[in-house]
Amino acid sequence: MNKPLVGIVVGGIVGVFDGLSALFSAPEVAPEIAGIIVGSTFKGVIVGLIAGFFARKVNSLPLGIAVGLAAGLAFAYLIAMSPDPTTGKHYYWEIMLPGSLAGAIVGYATQRFGRRPGEARA
Amino acid sequence: MKTPSDDALDRLREVTQWPDLSGTRYELVGEVARGGMGVVYRARDRELERDVALKVIAAFAADPDTTARLRREARILAHLEHPGIVPVHDVGELPDGRVYYAMKLVTGERLDALAAGLPLRERLRLLLRICEPVAFAHAHGVIHRDLKPENVMVGPFGEVLVLDWGVAKHRAEPGVAGGSEAPALAAPVAAPGATAHGTVVGTPAYMAPEQSRGEVERVDARSDVYALGAILYFMLAGRAPGRPLVSPEAPTRTWAGPRPADLGPGIAAPRELVPGLPRALEAICLKAMAVEPERRYAAVTDLASDVGAFLEGERVSAYPEGLLGRVRRFAVKYRTPILLVLAYLVMRVVLLLVARV
Repeated sequence: MNKPLVGIVVGGIVGVFDGLSALFSAPEVAPEIAGIIVGSTFKGVIVGLIAGFFARKVNSLPLGIAVGLAAGLAFAYLIAMSPDPTTGKHYYWEIMLPGSLAGAIVGYATQRFGRRPGEARA
Repeated sequence: MKTPSDDALDRLREVTQWPDLSGTRYELVGEVARGGMGVVYRARDRELERDVALKVIAAFAADPDTTARLRREARILAHLEHPGIVPVHDVGELPDGRVYYAMKLVTGERLDALAAGLPLRERLRLLLRICEPVAFAHAHGVIHRDLKPENVMVGPFGEVLVLDWGVAKHRAEPGVAGGSEAPALAAPVAAPGATAHGTVVGTPAYMAPEQSRGEVERVDARSDVYALGAILYFMLAGRAPGRPLVSPEAPTRTWAGPRPADLGPGIAAPRELVPGLPRALEAICLKAMAVEPERRYAAVTDLASDVGAFLEGERVSAYPEGLLGRVRRFAVKYRTPILLVLAYLVMRVVLLLVARV
């Protein structure tokens, strides 16, 4: 499996769990949970793709984690910008903090696993 | 205090001892090192316009036996084509009848001078690179018999070269287990730290007990495994292991208990010198340096594979670990993702608690 694909898979999985966890941290969003999970998964996939392409070019665990964290933070910010349609409340901390850590996990995974171009298959 | 004229005299004395290279394609530049039977000079190859190292038999040691030994050393090296073994370019005879051979001029730092300043993992990676040429030589039937930090050169780009194959033996020669001729290594070793020749082979601190006892028939690849274990010991403890059993009359000491059951007499266990050393690493060292060859790694590749496993955070064959040890190793190996996931979970819990306040 190449690194961008690892990023997509891990990002997607982490995104699903990250979305689901909203049920615990903000139970009032339960009616919109399906949309949250889809959005979070999409965010995870995009972050995974970015981290995966970065890992293809740069072989550095700390940098990979940093890029994943930054991408996760940036995309989480984009999502957090739109308020809850019913309450009008913004969930910056609730979305951005876990989103950035989820990005860091994806960044780690893309550095540790997956093949770079030209590398022999295991 | 030395005066400039003393220096000039010393230089004059040195130059008068230089070999006469007339009739050869080499031009002497200076002395590089001096050993038991030979001297290594830096010389200029006029034909190819490059500097080479010339190993010449020392004038006082020039006899048919030493000559044959140097020729054999050159032949052994010529057959071992490996990036970790110095390539021989040429063998010849000086006008005074002494034999020399030309080899690649090695630049870099000796392992004994370099190792102390390196982080542990870097030292272990160096050991792995030392194991490669030694394993290669073993695969070609050659036992080095004098592996020690002083015989390992680390180049400016991290390349490792195993030097001084002067006492190396081919399996088909006398003095090695499986050899076809009469034993020639019956006498034990002389002064510590010296690599002598003739009936003396090796350096005491790094020499396998069977080699130092002169048990010729038992000297095999596992004797080099012992020396590599001693090099590992040096890299871990910062000093050579204590002098092993050298007297043929002295009994082989056996230790009771799980450790240091395999360690030679007079040798402190690495963790006694460096208490914080990982137990698995000490176990690798102790297994490589076991008194009985049967208890050592059967091959250098096995030793390298254990060191590699340690570096990768994998299970080490020399160290039987319990459940707790396995968990600890797993936690150390995967500490980054474990910390990231823990941080994520902690953050979720904190956000949950904040939301409920």
